[in-house]
Amino acid sequence: MINENRRGFVRAAGALAGAAISGFPAIARAMGQHNVVVIGGGYGGATAARYVMRWGGPKFRVTLIERNSQFVSCPLSNLILGGSKSLADITRTYNGLRKELVMVNHNEAVAIDPAAQVVKLGNGSSVNYDRLIVSPGVDMQWDQVPGMGGAEAQEKILHAWKAGPQTLALRKQLEAMPDGGVFAITIPLAPYRCPPGPYERACQVAHYFKQAKPTSKVIILDANDKIVSKAGLFEKAFKEDYAGIIEYRPNSKLMEVDVASKTAKLEFEDVTADVLNVIPPQRAADIAKNAGLITTNNKWCEVDWLTMQSKVENAIHVLGDATLAGPMMPKSGHMANQHGKLAAAAIVNLMRGKKPTESPVVMNTCYSFVDAKRVVHVASVHQYSKEKRLVEPVQGAGGLSKEATELEGEYAFSWARNIWADMLGEG
Amino acid sequence: MMRTANFLLACTLAFPVVSVSAADLTPGRYLAGTCASCHGTDGKSVGSVPSLAGQSTDSLLSKIAEFKDGSRPGTIMAQIAKGYTDEQMRQIAEFFASQK
Repeated sequence: MINENRRGFVRAAGALAGAAISGFPAIARAMGQHNVVVIGGGYGGATAARYVMRWGGPKFRVTLIERNSQFVSCPLSNLILGGSKSLADITRTYNGLRKELVMVNHNEAVAIDPAAQVVKLGNGSSVNYDRLIVSPGVDMQWDQVPGMGGAEAQEKILHAWKAGPQTLALRKQLEAMPDGGVFAITIPLAPYRCPPGPYERACQVAHYFKQAKPTSKVIILDANDKIVSKAGLFEKAFKEDYAGIIEYRPNSKLMEVDVASKTAKLEFEDVTADVLNVIPPQRAADIAKNAGLITTNNKWCEVDWLTMQSKVENAIHVLGDATLAGPMMPKSGHMANQHGKLAAAAIVNLMRGKKPTESPVVMNTCYSFVDAKRVVHVASVHQYSKEKRLVEPVQGAGGLSKEATELEGEYAFSWARNIWADMLGEG
Repeated sequence: MMRTANFLLACTLAFPVVSVSAADLTPGRYLAGTCASCHGTDGKSVGSVPSLAGQSTDSLLSKIAEFKDGSRPGTIMAQIAKGYTDEQMRQIAEFFASQK
């Protein structure tokens, strides 16, 4: 028996060495390997991939499927609009993950077959999994913004709500705008990705105008009835730093866009801008939608907060912005990074035949720049409630900055360096 | 024996040694992961926020106590410290103390 087994192992090992690392899960299983596939190399997915390897060790094979060749951070991307940072400053490679033996596969994940436990890729190949982590972020619901349906409209009126080419294109529009012009930004009803982000963006654009185009204006058209995050701190910045530049209009839901004239049509008025920036409503990205993982309001994926497992597919864990958030839980990069570790710990325990932790914790730290250097934060800690089966913010914990400071600006850059290394390793 | 050697060689080629050890996934190790987003993986910071790795359990817990009672100045840590139980903080501190 021993000899027989050993021969089997030798054959499997030889086949595996020959097959290199291109995806033979049956052999991996024969070798006692746990085969984990991750869709999406952002804050959630990259973290999960790295931590399954770190915490699971050599018995785990991790494949990360990511369509972009480099990681570009949404946090800090508003600083490109303000002019104090470049795209290179917020871009990192996936080399650090490769060094830690995560198999990074730069393809588009186009479909999931949960019954067969297979992910189909855009190049026609497919990848099998024992457990799948879906961390796809959001896709824009342009169908909910009349006038914005076509590719031409979306090239002219930008969202810049995924960092990268859109961020640079919006910066170019701002640079081309004459002094005395109007920048208008529309904010959808919460929840959307990055609750304080639109207000930070307004500050960054106003910071740029103050220096380069001092008679220009920023108009915030917010579908919500008040500032969604860090309200007092942003109100103070609007009033003290950007008086006469930023105008904030609550209850201003975008009904339609006239692309040719760059006009935002609201319920009772029209606002025409020189640069119109529409942040549309969002939902869990297409790959999650098409796999049937969306469970709530046709937008978000409900999960079991002990493990981040999808409520509809046991072998699939969903992370980050795509999830139906717990109470007071922001759709942030930091929170996605925390989801990634919760899922990684649960997957390592489950695949080792152990129970996942009974008291998971996630926490959020979010820094916003009111100019190139001064920053405000919001923080929260969320503990698991056995009764409610979800993670809830701890009362009396968390909170806001007292005021915007340069010290917190330093911490914000430190945060970025640490969290990028925490998710991507050392490139 | 030769076959065993070949097998080991094949394994070595297929699975080079991971630079991080896959130690037991203790509750402290997982909980300390929630701190890593700001303080660096395993508490080894690459930014201006302090590293936690290698500090003694007592030192870490007394700093947390000072943040909580307001005797230690800070911007955000007092707010975060109040979100963890004493038992969770002890597990986290013991994990960071064990990191070199």
